[in-house]
Amino acid sequence: MSDNSKNLIVKDLKVHFGGGKKILSGKKPTVHAVDGVSFTIPAGKTFGVVGESGSGKTTTALAIMRLVDITAGTVTLGDTEISALEKDALRAARRRFQIIFQDPYSSLDPRKRAGEIVRQPLDLMSIGTPSERAEAVTALFEQVGLRPEQQHLFPHQFSGGQRQRIGLARALSTRPDLIVCDEPVSALDVAIQAQILNLMSNLQQELGLTYLFISHDLGVVQHICDEIAVMYLGQIVEQADRVTLFKNPKHPYTKALLEAVPSVHNNKRNRQERVRLVGDPPSPINLPTACRFASRCPRAEARCHQEIPPLEENTSGHKVACFFA
Amino acid sequence: MSTDATPPLLSVKDLVVDFKTRAGNARVLDHVSLDISAGKILGIVGESGCGKSMTALSIMGLVPNPPGRITSGSISLDGRELTGLDEETLCEIRGTEIGMIFQEPMTSLNPVFTVGEQIAESVRVHENAGKQAAMARAVEMLKAVDIPEPDIRARAYPHQLSGGMRQRVMIAMALACRPRLLIADEPTTALDATVQAQIFDLLQELQQDTGTAIVLITHDMGAIAELADDVAVMYAGSIVEKGPVGDVLSQPCHPYTQGLITCVPHLVPDPPLQREALREIPGMVPALTNLGAGCAFEPRCEKAFDQCTGAKPELIKVSASQLGACWALESDQR
Amino acid sequence: MVDSTRKSANPPLPEDIKVSHPLAEMAGMFFRNYAAVAGLILLIAIIAFVFIGPYYHQVDPFEMVWAPFSRPMEEGFVLGTDYLGRDMLAAMMVGGQVSMAIGLSAALISVIIGVTVGAFAGYYGGFIEEALMRFTEFFQVLPTLLFSMVIVALFGASLLTVTLAIGVVSWTAVARVTRSEFLRIRELEYVAAARSGSASDRYLIFKVILPNALPPIIVQANLMVGSAILFEAALSFLGLSDPNVMSWGQVIGSNRPYILDSGFTVAIPGFAIFLTVLAISLIGDGLNDALNPKLRQR
Repeated sequence: MSDNSKNLIVKDLKVHFGGGKKILSGKKPTVHAVDGVSFTIPAGKTFGVVGESGSGKTTTALAIMRLVDITAGTVTLGDTEISALEKDALRAARRRFQIIFQDPYSSLDPRKRAGEIVRQPLDLMSIGTPSERAEAVTALFEQVGLRPEQQHLFPHQFSGGQRQRIGLARALSTRPDLIVCDEPVSALDVAIQAQILNLMSNLQQELGLTYLFISHDLGVVQHICDEIAVMYLGQIVEQADRVTLFKNPKHPYTKALLEAVPSVHNNKRNRQERVRLVGDPPSPINLPTACRFASRCPRAEARCHQEIPPLEENTSGHKVACFFA
Repeated sequence: MSTDATPPLLSVKDLVVDFKTRAGNARVLDHVSLDISAGKILGIVGESGCGKSMTALSIMGLVPNPPGRITSGSISLDGRELTGLDEETLCEIRGTEIGMIFQEPMTSLNPVFTVGEQIAESVRVHENAGKQAAMARAVEMLKAVDIPEPDIRARAYPHQLSGGMRQRVMIAMALACRPRLLIADEPTTALDATVQAQIFDLLQELQQDTGTAIVLITHDMGAIAELADDVAVMYAGSIVEKGPVGDVLSQPCHPYTQGLITCVPHLVPDPPLQREALREIPGMVPALTNLGAGCAFEPRCEKAFDQCTGAKPELIKVSASQLGACWALESDQR
Repeated sequence: MVDSTRKSANPPLPEDIKVSHPLAEMAGMFFRNYAAVAGLILLIAIIAFVFIGPYYHQVDPFEMVWAPFSRPMEEGFVLGTDYLGRDMLAAMMVGGQVSMAIGLSAALISVIIGVTVGAFAGYYGGFIEEALMRFTEFFQVLPTLLFSMVIVALFGASLLTVTLAIGVVSWTAVARVTRSEFLRIRELEYVAAARSGSASDRYLIFKVILPNALPPIIVQANLMVGSAILFEAALSFLGLSDPNVMSWGQVIGSNRPYILDSGFTVAIPGFAIFLTVLAISLIGDGLNDALNPKLRQR
């Protein structure tokens, strides 16, 4: 399945917000939302990015989609450097990378019929003749498990899970290589989550799609991803394949995150024995030039407050940014 | 440990709540019965629209009327009937006997008052305390919910606090008048995993220290497993299964409960190399306005048979303390 | 296997059968609001009166037909005669046409300017927004009546200049509403989705954001019609309108000196303006509810 010409390579991606001057309101602080992130997704695989709010995982997704401005770094899909494209070239290249969003309610235009929503990218990029587009939309509806006659309904007439299927059909319409999934099941009921996750896996197998899967739900990530990166304050702190990461987490933050997830395998008694993180993630405005996790880390020593631990890779491809790993 | 020895703190019996909608009458709660003893945590779990939040609102006397109304049934707190009380009495009960915390703390806090003032205000109203005493109590409460530097934080406005901190403030406010029952409606859904774990720890500690009974409403079976003593699973306005958490999670008797547990990809320390498709619960929650005569779960149920469409199954005992509402269980017993 | 999950995941629902257009729902919501329906009926009656009435009552409103100040229902004149002995009924009909036309076209002008300025400010943000909003504030701080008087005084009192003057001074509210809607909607995910579907700026502004921003703009435009009619009346009252064109405001303005003796000559057009503005604001209120999706879903 692997086809190197469709790999996604992200190199030293940085997205900083603010910092500019505004008339009359003075200088705004710079937010380091994404601060030097690199990873490669082999074609046909699913790469998971997990982290808490403020970790920069969604900004990473939007930057790869070119929906926010990239401050530095490159994003390359196959032989196309997405980060270097502008205007019409960018609009044409969008055919190859699409996105599905978290909120099934705000991600569909309430004034357009479901069919129009799915057809919109085809119309905008003039893919095929109008009758071919109509056929394509019908086929897409069947592919995501909706009935073709439902094309004529408006988004508010669908349930959350069905809306997410429409979002998936829209993303698939241009036959993309990469689909960026920004928390695609977080807003859905658990029973519906399973339906969408299964649909996504089936589609991946049928079409050879590459997924960048953003989520805060470790259970979902473990289920669907091949390789997982854990982000904290704009940087990757640990990255490994799905078996290694959960079996042998090395970074204290990853460990804490895994321990924090409530599980049906636990009970009242054993939850109290576990390590807890204190406090909230600090704001990404005034970042220390040291380990960013040091302020909450149970293992932090003097060195952690002075030096930046590099993201180092061991022989099996397990990357960790911690002095104690 | 037996709940039969002491009368329950809160007892909900055959509660029926109807909503008038344009599409017709919606029975949002259909003969719901629950008991909570002092010092226990009862979890209510289900998908959105199953009636779990409506159960909480009914207990609080906050069913929006119109369009909703409590059609029949009773809610009694320590022997005192709550249905039919006038608004003023209910308001007093809400402040002193029952506390409540919600999913999104920001919308429940008033942005123009400091958090200290807001906690102090509820103490003053409900306990007739003086201004200074109330403020002192507010700081004490902030300390009790593990907020660092409580005397400084008391002077902060809600927007100056993080999400986790705001939820702590909500808990402090709900507990300020030492209620005997705390209703927590998805208290951590808006929070990050590590902060959620902190809030759960806090709830558990407070509950052990004060003996407050807690009704925990959530969609997360994991949270139920880790916090609750008993659990009630709701579907389409009815309780389909209830019992001690250990029993329900290890031997769920209702197909819906089984589905809820297996459809979630659970985090395991040693994931298998080969992945299997998740077990789905097909279809979706039915509209409450056109529930048929049969079991509401029947259209989505893999085990459905003829009897399921005929009439609605009642909750029956499957063991000493576990109950389930499914026709398959009844035929097993015969 | 795939097929079976597809079927089960998407059971036929009764809701699927009826394909109700949002417009149909809006209409349903509007017609459930009795005050709005009353306003609509009233407005239709007024329009019929001013536009169809003249076919049945063919009297030149500028011609002296009887002695001045004949009271209504006396001497065969339904609404009496004015200070020059002209037929009030004819004046009300012909004047109504002008008032309505000015109201509509002035509102249209202000909507076009306001939507353009607001849409660009809200969509692009940054420097463009700052510049456009300062420009809007400049118009906002000018006393509107005084400013329109200056325009009319400078360019002469004709129907066109009066309409333009009213439009030019009243677009700022539309611009503000449009900008705030654009600011809100441009952050929604369906806009990002359209952008990743290769939509251009122009497509996003006019095909995605504007249709969703319309409800409050329509309500604002509706109120604008009422206020433009009042504005025209105020200008006429001050004598700043075309003396050769009859309008309700003109009737009030020209009969103003005799208000104490023959109040009806002022009261009747005043009442007509009152009814029209009332009808329009009732409709605006109903539209406001009908276009609010939160209310609609109840």
